[in-house]
Amino acid sequence: MIPLSWFLILAAALFSIGLYGVLARRNAVAILMGIELMLNAVNLNLVAFWRYVAPGSIAGQAFAVMVFAVAASEAAVGLALILSIYRQRSTVAAEEINLLKW
Amino acid sequence: MTPLQIVFLFVAAFTLLSALLVVTRPNLVHASLWLIAALAGVAVLFVLLEAGFLAAVQVVIYIGAIAILIIFAVMLTRRVMSDSGPQVNRNWWGAALSALLIFGGLLGLFSQVPAVGSAFPAAIANADGLLEDLGRSLVDVNRYVLPFEVASVLLLAAMIGAIVIARPAAREEGEE
Repeated sequence: MIPLSWFLILAAALFSIGLYGVLARRNAVAILMGIELMLNAVNLNLVAFWRYVAPGSIAGQAFAVMVFAVAASEAAVGLALILSIYRQRSTVAAEEINLLKW
Repeated sequence: MTPLQIVFLFVAAFTLLSALLVVTRPNLVHASLWLIAALAGVAVLFVLLEAGFLAAVQVVIYIGAIAILIIFAVMLTRRVMSDSGPQVNRNWWGAALSALLIFGGLLGLFSQVPAVGSAFPAAIANADGLLEDLGRSLVDVNRYVLPFEVASVLLLAAMIGAIVIARPAAREEGEE
């Protein structure tokens, strides 16, 4: 069988790659892609811990389902915001969206 | 090395490579296609963890809905950011440094997890009743009905919010 640590290391690497995407990309849609990668890493960790540590309790899978719901709503609202900003300011570059900067 | 481990290593390498291409490709359409590949890799990992339902949910929600939504957004906002210009901001090295630091910190934390050595999980007792248990736990008053309802309200609020935000503002003037 696969050791638990392999799953944890993979999830940590996936999370770090997503974090790099969120922090470094200029395009707001690419930032959302990074957030999706990070949420996926979290889900992977939840399911791995459920399988290896507490297979009797369904809590891990139940929380993974909640994370799915949060990811879906986050993507919908985020992309709607990006489209709205694009319509008004003709840009999706994160550093040019500075209406709230003072 | 068992066959399962070899499968895991292949899928893990594929997932990480796809994720790296997602954050580095200058062409956003390519990046979103690689995002689909990474999400599919995670779905395979769910199967390896014997969470078949979550693997199906991953394919339906992430690949079927979220990735398609992202591709639509990329295509609708395509003109402004050409594929040739810089796709990373000035502080990309800081982003890479903090990502590496987080990765190192997480690796350090894993050695503290007491369960990290549990290499051989016991077989699931009632593999068939698992999905039924998950469904019942989501509507059981004593278990997860509250998070379930909060997630429902969140989805409803997100749906209404997305419709309101993305609706063209100029429509009212045009109708009058």
